[in-house]
Amino acid sequence: MTDATLERLPVAKAPARRDIGLKRRYAAERRFRFYGLAAISVGLVFLAVMLLSIFGKGYTSFVQTSVLLPITFDQKVIDPQNKRDSDPNVLVKANYPVLAQRALAERLGISPTDKPQMAALKGFVSDGVRTQLRNMVVADPSLIGTTKDVWVLAGANIDSAFKGQIDLDVAEGNRKVSDKQVAWMNQLRDQGVMEGKFNTGLFTFGASSRPETAGVGVAIVGSFYMMLIVLVLALPIGVAASIYLEEFAPKNRLTDIIEVNINNLAAVPSIVFGLLGLAVFINFMGLPRSAALVGGLVLTLMTLPTIIIATRAALAAVPPSIRSAALGLGASKTQTVFHHVLPLATPGILTGTIIGLARALGETAPLLLIGMVAFVADYPTTPLDPSTALPVQIYMWANEAERAFVERMSGAIIILLVFLMAMNITAIVLRRRFERHW
Amino acid sequence: MPMIYYVILVISIGIVALVIARRRAALQIQGAVKQHSRPHYHGWWAFLLATVPAILLIIVWSIGSSIYVERRIDAQLPQQAADGPIASRSLALSLVGRLADALHRLDAETLANLPSSFEELRPKLAEKGVALAPDTQDYMIPIAVEANRTGDALQMTGGVLALLLSIAGAAYGIRSIQPRARARNNVERVVRWGLLASSMIAILTTIGIVLSMLFETFYFFSSVSPLDFFFGTVWDPRFAAAGATDSVGQFGLIPLLAGTLYIAFIALLVAVPIGLMSAVYMAEYASPHVRSIVKPALELLAGIPTIVYGIFALVTLGPFLRDLSAALTGGSPFIQAQSIFTAGFVMGIMLIPVVSSLSDDIITAVPRALRDGSLGLGATRSETIKRVVLPAALPGIVGAILLTASRAIGETMIVVLAAGVAARLTLNPFEAMTTITVKIVNQLTGDLEFNSPQTLVAFALGITLFAVTLLMNIVALYIVRKYREQYE
Amino acid sequence: MNLMTDTKLQQALETSVDDKTDELIKMQGRKVTVHYGYKQALFDIDLDIRENQVTALIGPSGCGKSTFLRCLNRMNDTIAGAKVGGMITLDSENIYDPRIDVVELRARVGMVFQKPNPFPKSIFENVAYGPRIHGLARNKADLQAIVESSLKKAALWNEVKDRIHEPGTGLSGGQQQRLCIARAIAVSPEVILMDEPCSALDPIATAKVEELIDELKQNYTIVIVTHSMQQAARVSQRTAMFHLGYLVEEGPTEKMFTNPDDKRTQDYITGRFG
Repeated sequence: MTDATLERLPVAKAPARRDIGLKRRYAAERRFRFYGLAAISVGLVFLAVMLLSIFGKGYTSFVQTSVLLPITFDQKVIDPQNKRDSDPNVLVKANYPVLAQRALAERLGISPTDKPQMAALKGFVSDGVRTQLRNMVVADPSLIGTTKDVWVLAGANIDSAFKGQIDLDVAEGNRKVSDKQVAWMNQLRDQGVMEGKFNTGLFTFGASSRPETAGVGVAIVGSFYMMLIVLVLALPIGVAASIYLEEFAPKNRLTDIIEVNINNLAAVPSIVFGLLGLAVFINFMGLPRSAALVGGLVLTLMTLPTIIIATRAALAAVPPSIRSAALGLGASKTQTVFHHVLPLATPGILTGTIIGLARALGETAPLLLIGMVAFVADYPTTPLDPSTALPVQIYMWANEAERAFVERMSGAIIILLVFLMAMNITAIVLRRRFERHW
Repeated sequence: MPMIYYVILVISIGIVALVIARRRAALQIQGAVKQHSRPHYHGWWAFLLATVPAILLIIVWSIGSSIYVERRIDAQLPQQAADGPIASRSLALSLVGRLADALHRLDAETLANLPSSFEELRPKLAEKGVALAPDTQDYMIPIAVEANRTGDALQMTGGVLALLLSIAGAAYGIRSIQPRARARNNVERVVRWGLLASSMIAILTTIGIVLSMLFETFYFFSSVSPLDFFFGTVWDPRFAAAGATDSVGQFGLIPLLAGTLYIAFIALLVAVPIGLMSAVYMAEYASPHVRSIVKPALELLAGIPTIVYGIFALVTLGPFLRDLSAALTGGSPFIQAQSIFTAGFVMGIMLIPVVSSLSDDIITAVPRALRDGSLGLGATRSETIKRVVLPAALPGIVGAILLTASRAIGETMIVVLAAGVAARLTLNPFEAMTTITVKIVNQLTGDLEFNSPQTLVAFALGITLFAVTLLMNIVALYIVRKYREQYE
Repeated sequence: MNLMTDTKLQQALETSVDDKTDELIKMQGRKVTVHYGYKQALFDIDLDIRENQVTALIGPSGCGKSTFLRCLNRMNDTIAGAKVGGMITLDSENIYDPRIDVVELRARVGMVFQKPNPFPKSIFENVAYGPRIHGLARNKADLQAIVESSLKKAALWNEVKDRIHEPGTGLSGGQQQRLCIARAIAVSPEVILMDEPCSALDPIATAKVEELIDELKQNYTIVIVTHSMQQAARVSQRTAMFHLGYLVEEGPTEKMFTNPDDKRTQDYITGRFG
């Protein structure tokens, strides 16, 4: 059509505008939007503050002050009667801290006979030096009689002072390090033999009454055992249960009850599972307290509903046409499920499992009830040995008064969060990557 | 555990049966008749026949024989132990049990000329690394020896029976291989039973929770009256020495329940408005790009364990609020370091992602047509949300809030660390109050004798908690389900 | 389930033998009824399926033609609440007999669905799946031969032989449907059921599939449900007309389209309802 063919008609006249309060309404609209944004921001800010405060308190725990000391492995101290060939216990029982103290005195130019000065040295070097030097000598007795430069851990208070966490303006009597110790500290730092090193002990040590030799190594092993048990039990049982409910179960009262029951179990407070574990596994079945096995079983029961719900959703998302295709070829129901439906649901199942495992890893309350609040310094070798878990270790450190333990605790939280974030991000990535749109 | 060897043997028999059956079935393919099942199904059927009944027998037999042995020990314990109070009788039983276990570690020669007094026996056991309680009595040694003999004989019989059953099963499985035999259907039936059994575990867990707690609770109510428990206003469980019946203490639920509800209320006051508004924004305003970033971020935050929140309250927020209030009044702080407010507030932060993700799902389930209807009339976005979307979503949101409330009531670590342990009734949110979950943890950590009311009360608290949260969950899940069905 | 006794069945079988001796009855439905819950979907269907012929089931939507088709290999078993009555035989054996293994039945009576539904696996795996579960191949070479011949029979081989290990979901709609046919053929069924196999395809792909169906009838008995009367006229030898759950009329396709006995058939093929 061209203009020429258009009839020129007059344009309709708009009636007078009604007032529908547009201005007021748009203001309300903007306010409402602002509330929404504010709510999200407030939530995120709270969480940011929380995480920052924990990171701020905890990042220093990854550094540990150490001193380089020329240790002389004096036979007179270690094995005065020269009996180590006949009695191996001599090497184990020897007074190793004396060696460190003498070496320190030598470094600082203090005479070993100067009693008050020597007394002030106490606590400058961690008592953990006993184990450290003992292990060296037991591993290699030929060290005896030689001198060797060894990095040893500084005591907890010196460590705090060295990191600048102790206010030196406070009167000497009210703080945990003396002026003399601070002077020595500065002297050693200027000599270049005292520095902050990466704190490997945090990852390898177990529970300890001294902060500088306390670590989460033992707790991580305990948590690992429990996660292993959860994975080995909850994944197959959960998947099997979901397959039954989703693919085989007739729709009747019983399956209805099972379904409602599973949804409810997912929302039961975790501490109730702890009570169940205490009453059934420990009291009734007689399994040992504090064992990773019991913890793993309790966490398995707790994780099962999560895995079942996720797996059922994943199975239900597989389109029915796949099932009819396999059935139409003469595959049995079981073959159809195991050859086609289950493989297609795997990404969803894995996502659910990882999220369930992450929840189990951070769970604390039920473990407190089955005796995992235990002082465990040795690595558990089997799931039946006493062990503890990472979050429980954090809880125990939270009850310690010393400043240095708060630092360790925050460091342990960072480690726990890194594990959890890694797991959750894996789950999210997995889901995005393999999300299928049928 | 020698029984495990029988299990291994049975499984080996099963594997042998599997291989033989498969080969035999494969040979029959050459025959004229079309085979019903593929050879490996015949193999697995033989394997199942050889293993499943035998292993079930072993399990039942082990449980049965250990009960029988315990009965035998019980019957042989001398009269004075039998007449004593239950504690000492069960103690004697467990002493004999431990002694019998320890004797298993001794070599045959030592066992042959076993000393008759425990004094002489103890060092020999210590050599093997077994430490026994010093109050083990001399008369227990022959009982333990006898128990071991019976136990060993029973185990041997059971093991041999299981092996015979296994071989019989394998033979039957192999013999019954015919081209028309429905091995696949048989195997699949077993698989199906296995699947059904797995799904029963969920039911068993619930039954286990209810039964175990009910049992201990009844035990508790035998020393404390249910009326005093449910309606008592004083919580003062004195840690009395075992046996001292005069001072069981007072176990009033009311202060704990009040604290629980108060803290949960404050938590909801924080979490519901913030969480709901963020959900509305996310569902209605946020661009897909923002959604794709903020949603996973919220999921990550929901994954932070509650102990982290608890520590934050204990180490940072609590002292901060205390110092702040001290600075405000110039001296005495009116907010205690552990307080209802601190615990409730931090719990509220924890619940924000929970509320927001639950209500986000609910809001996005409201059908588009409803929104279009309102927008088509010229309503603004926010008018549509406030007058159409939210009212339509209301039942679902109520369900979501109920679910959140049940999380708040059952939450443990935050209140353990931030709420305090003092059981009292107060309305001031800046004072400490305690909750049901805190007391469950308190009563069960530490070296307490298990059968005292002080520990048993934890189960009464537990079942109360379970009942309350279960009720809320059932109602909430029902509402949410009905809501979803309405729009499907 | 069985409304008839065995002797009655025997009589039914005898009376139904056609006058033409070169045509054999492959499948036979007698008084077939289907209920979905309380709703009855099929009423007393008596229908014979002849060997090595294409039988088309036509009728307006919701008339029960697909339901009847799904009875022929018991796919209705997978629908909760579906109840089948009457009797259906395959080579004079009742397929609803409890002694019949449904899996074995479906290996003899294959099915192709309305929408192409290849497994999200490679083309090769799609075709090889059936022979694998039924143990039709002795070794790898055997399996490869089966896959190749099935794809050739489905007229797909030339198009996919270079990408046999690529996912079957990457093919075009028409190719996917032929892949599904190849997959069904690979099991060497006796009967192939096709449920509106071309409804999701474009005309060119449809032509190819129809051509294929025509070739396949030499070796297989084919039952096809279609909503297109032209298609029924093109591919089938016999046609059965369904309406509201009843079988209206059955006969040679030619006669059905030129001179039907029933008025409803006439109305339907002339487009008065449908």
